[in-house]
Amino acid sequence: MSAISRRDFAAGLGGITLAFTLAPRLAGAQQPPRLPGSLDNNRLLDAWIRIGTDGNVIVSTGKVEFGQGIVTALAQIAAEELDLPLERVQMISGDTERTPNEGVTAGSQSIENSGTALRLAGAQVRTILLELAAKRLGADAAALKVADGVVAAPDGRKLSYAELAAAADLHREATAQARPKPASQHRIVGKPIARRDIPAKVMGGVAFVQDLRLPGLLHGRIVRPPGYGAKLAGFDLARIKAVRDGTLVGWIAEREMLQSRIARPLGDLAKPEEFDGARLKAVLPGVVAVVRDGSFLGVIAEREEQAIKASLVLAESARWVAGPPLPDEARVYDHLLTLATEDKVVSEKEAALPEGVKVVEATYRKPYMAHAAIGPSCAVAQLSNGKMTVWTHSQGVFPLRGNLAMALKMPVENIRCVHAEGSGCYGHNAADDVALDAALLARAAAGRPVRVQWMRADEFLWEPFGPAMVMKVRAALSPDGRIADWNYELWSNTHSMRPSEPGGNNLLASWYLAEPQRPAPPRMLPQPAGGGDRNAVPLYDFPRQRITNHLIKDMPLRVSALRTLGAYANVFAMESFMDELALLANADPVAFRLAHLKDARARSVIEAVAKKAAWKPGARGEGGRGRGIGFAKYKNLATYVAVIADVDVNRASGRIAVPRVYAAVDAGQIINPDGLENQIEGGIIQSMSWTLKEEVKFASNEISSRDWATYPILTMPEIPSVEIELIDRPDERSLGAGEASQGPAVAAIANAFAAATGKRVRDLPLTPARVKAALQG
Amino acid sequence: MAINIKVNGAMHSVPAAPDTPLLYVLRNDLGLNAAKFGCGLAQCGACTVLVDGKPVRSCVTPIDTLGQSEITTLEDLGTLEHPHPLQAAFITEQAAQCGYCIAGMIMAAKALLDRNPQPSAADVRQGLAENLCRCGTHNRIVRAVMRAAQASGRI
Repeated sequence: MSAISRRDFAAGLGGITLAFTLAPRLAGAQQPPRLPGSLDNNRLLDAWIRIGTDGNVIVSTGKVEFGQGIVTALAQIAAEELDLPLERVQMISGDTERTPNEGVTAGSQSIENSGTALRLAGAQVRTILLELAAKRLGADAAALKVADGVVAAPDGRKLSYAELAAAADLHREATAQARPKPASQHRIVGKPIARRDIPAKVMGGVAFVQDLRLPGLLHGRIVRPPGYGAKLAGFDLARIKAVRDGTLVGWIAEREMLQSRIARPLGDLAKPEEFDGARLKAVLPGVVAVVRDGSFLGVIAEREEQAIKASLVLAESARWVAGPPLPDEARVYDHLLTLATEDKVVSEKEAALPEGVKVVEATYRKPYMAHAAIGPSCAVAQLSNGKMTVWTHSQGVFPLRGNLAMALKMPVENIRCVHAEGSGCYGHNAADDVALDAALLARAAAGRPVRVQWMRADEFLWEPFGPAMVMKVRAALSPDGRIADWNYELWSNTHSMRPSEPGGNNLLASWYLAEPQRPAPPRMLPQPAGGGDRNAVPLYDFPRQRITNHLIKDMPLRVSALRTLGAYANVFAMESFMDELALLANADPVAFRLAHLKDARARSVIEAVAKKAAWKPGARGEGGRGRGIGFAKYKNLATYVAVIADVDVNRASGRIAVPRVYAAVDAGQIINPDGLENQIEGGIIQSMSWTLKEEVKFASNEISSRDWATYPILTMPEIPSVEIELIDRPDERSLGAGEASQGPAVAAIANAFAAATGKRVRDLPLTPARVKAALQG
Repeated sequence: MAINIKVNGAMHSVPAAPDTPLLYVLRNDLGLNAAKFGCGLAQCGACTVLVDGKPVRSCVTPIDTLGQSEITTLEDLGTLEHPHPLQAAFITEQAAQCGYCIAGMIMAAKALLDRNPQPSAADVRQGLAENLCRCGTHNRIVRAVMRAAQASGRI
């Protein structure tokens, strides 16, 4: 965390500012010791844990829930260290005024960062309480026992946390010196505890930001331009009159209207008329305000359907000057390779090349893919007494607040961002963008809260996609069948244009204001986690290797972080090529991997999944059926996953069915096995959907993937059975798992297809058209 | 203007235009959270409710087409204290990740179980083929529906 954001954090917490300024950080003072996890930049104990006089504990985390079960897992960790029943731990997450700043909830890092902080803070708080109790009871702290928040002395006297709370000074620096419990004493960690968020979701409770109904709530919708960079030129007011007169109806047919708008993007008018919000207000029922700021156009109405209808009418009458055209989809990879790059060799190993090597190479490609949340992004904003409050499903409320402050030209201390769950996001989707949309409309709502939800097409057309990528790999195989050289290059846009990126504003609407702001410059995310080059460095032990990351600077389509960043594509390419080399070496794919792999835990998951799936070494597919394996240690830092997939290829239709998938997983110490399994299986199925179906379509001036018909995803009848083996390692660090299975899953499916048919498809997704072309080739 | 609709056994008079999709009336006039806006195009199933026992996409169903029909939403099924077997099964199976699709899934599953109380897993998959889930929770959802069917069978 930068010094600036630390100051921002302190500023938001009033009294806590004092503690920061009192800390010995004057010029020349020693750097404070580095603390583990997120404790390092949120160093006060009471930023994490506060004890009420009722003995219940309030635990704060900067990490947020989006269905991955993190809040439940973090509650487990805190309750465990505090020796409290789970139900007495209340969780607060992602609130710029109440929780630690933990940046963005992303990259499978929450257990490692927030979990580590809570474990150590919990252990320290427990020690503080024990010492207090020892003093009061006149007993030796080591002789005291704690259960369910009650401290007991050997003679039977007891003191509860409630009784100790007032005297416990938690407003002090964490030391990370108190030893957390050994795994052997865990009662809550490691158990399949039911998630806290699920009951409201199956009962129809208030579960999502979409469900937030504040008093006086108004509804807003945004009229986005017909394409990237288009500028609002004016309005064809005759169209609005047509609406009033009832000749333009059928507002449910949003799609048709959007299409007609795109067919006529620019004024078929010689002279577009000036914007007249009052006139529109007069003809459309329920409209409270029409907001225009440059090419940002939105509408607020009393009722949601009125806002939708008004936005469609506005869209119908707005006239735009088109922005730059999109590249030709059919040649997009060639186009991307012509763009300027920043190049970096991210890993290099030198060794002599043996005599008689066979050199082979291949190129793999991955298209733009959408996050495609089931629920379009939503936010509620209210400007009241000069203070903007935004309820948001952003993955990072603090970075969002920073970008909002820039766009709204407000001091950060006058903006509060509060997390509320949204639909699953799978990375940086439009969650942050809609927060600015809502805030811009809230300024015109006279103190009333405004709820904005994007429409389905808004979500597909405007979300930042996972970037298209090209991976070229060339390897040398020695006569003894070992890989002697591995040369890997990848080309990709950045995988993070989040609001946390410095040097610009990454919120969509900010680029369209009358005084437009600029997005942050794309930058290469550093190894070992990497960005486009995530998992590009092999875990295999090759004697000689060179991995080069080419960051393409220009972004013809809007891009940002999609679950796994580059890892999905890199593991696809690397693990596909491992199978191609194994075939060339006449080796079994499992044995070939093990022969190049020293890491014992990596070997274990591969061996475990092979055993679980009853892998037969040397078995070949038979025309339509085959099985394949894929492996990765996510980011080379996190969870180990090996996947075996069975495929069934319909040679006539080109369709690939995946009836069964097996996985073995080592995430270190498991916090919640049911949650872990849910994440791993979800990752496998989502990866299968990406792999078989998903690519963003676009034509010269429009994104043409706009709904579930034009961007199909996997459906219920296509889902494989999934068997997962979790390898618990209670004495190892917990590793992030939410993004660990996607790479191995795509590789297993691609390899199974090759095993089944003897043909290799190196371009994703493995659509029927590509499959048929490969089978005929 | 006001339109009368019957939701979860009670009549409601709502001040909405006749062509207003049922979804917005349920959510904003009646304060019912379960049905969700997903696409507005009847493609995803997040807004599924029952109209006279049949699953309907409330996002494209104008309120003036409903007449005296009985509309049932997830809220009518059960409570935390007395959950419907489907709700209980979804909790037991932890059959959600983000959960945005879940209300629609449960309503589609209810319609399925009402007409086929003992479905096979394949029946369940087919019955939920037009309800999209993006998190990959499908297998848990199928298990939850199967569990609910078994539980109902025992009652």
